[in-house]
Amino acid sequence: MTNLTALEQRLLNDFQHDFPLSPAPYAELARRLGVSEAEVLATLARLQDAGAVSRVGAVVRPNTVGVSTLAAMAVPDADLERVAALVNGYTEVNHNYEREHRLNLWFVAAAPDAARLQQVLDEIAAHCGYEVLSFPLLEDYHIDLGFELYYDKTNERGRLMNVVPTKT
Amino acid sequence: MTIRTSEASTAPVPEMSMAQSMPAATTATDDTDRRLLAAIAQGLPLVPRSFAEVGKRTGIGEHEVIARLQRLKQAGVVRRFGVVVRHHELGYGANAMVVWDVPDAQVRELGRCLAEFDFITLCYRRPRRLPQWRYNLYCMIHGKSREDVLSNLEWMVNRCGLQGLPHEVLFSRRRFKQRGAVYFAEQPAAGSASEV
Repeated sequence: MTNLTALEQRLLNDFQHDFPLSPAPYAELARRLGVSEAEVLATLARLQDAGAVSRVGAVVRPNTVGVSTLAAMAVPDADLERVAALVNGYTEVNHNYEREHRLNLWFVAAAPDAARLQQVLDEIAAHCGYEVLSFPLLEDYHIDLGFELYYDKTNERGRLMNVVPTKT
Repeated sequence: MTIRTSEASTAPVPEMSMAQSMPAATTATDDTDRRLLAAIAQGLPLVPRSFAEVGKRTGIGEHEVIARLQRLKQAGVVRRFGVVVRHHELGYGANAMVVWDVPDAQVRELGRCLAEFDFITLCYRRPRRLPQWRYNLYCMIHGKSREDVLSNLEWMVNRCGLQGLPHEVLFSRRRFKQRGAVYFAEQPAAGSASEV
């Protein structure tokens, strides 16, 4: 999406990790933005329809509820769409990308427990006929504050961010 | 240096104090928490009293929904709560997973260094799978173009002292699926291919 309105930009950028956990959260956003609650709701719905907003919700830290892993397969190009569709068919799979490498299909799978996760990976390997390599998370170094979109042009995109967010 | 603006900066962020060793304890959640997280896995409803609506779906009162989400956030189970954007749709059309083979004793230090760059959205240590895969440090870089991603990568490599370490850059091609994780819910699968 390009040519975003100022309201769209602020809704996309300013509430990635600062969403009010209160009974009427969109009214709170509206108050901060100086618009109506109906306008906030309509704009978010439009951004969601356009795919710019995946959701308003929780990003759960991996392996706190259930378990997850990053998995990869080396699939011949001619067979990739079949295999990708089969992998997508699993509710447990939430991300699935083709990447430029011999290991060209990378997906993330999550399940309530390790046994079910392994079962999903085993099934995928058996159905697709390719080895599935699993790379479970060992340590997480990133502090997720969302992704600064730098719509404020006076705040030029830089190379480093502050680890401690600064109040302005 | 850029300054991240945030109105939430007064709230403590538990994850900031240390890198997270895995596997993390699961004792911080109960069945009701898991039911709640499953109910909002694909997002809050866009209605005025959205937490009350979630409460109706899960049989929990509005106040309890809010209290539980606040507690899960405090405990670091929910690492953030808010608008989740799709980079690609917002003009960040290039993304690369960059993987390094780093001496085990240096992974944490280097991982923490990489994780501080604002164009990095994920930074993890994962196990090697020898002989097929030698890499143990992963990060995800988003940019407006391949050139953008590669120049940020070069900058980061120099700043963190990763020069000369074996690495590979795996740009994404097609995105077959992208959505919130579903740990418990039973619902039909979705997703179709789109170009990245």
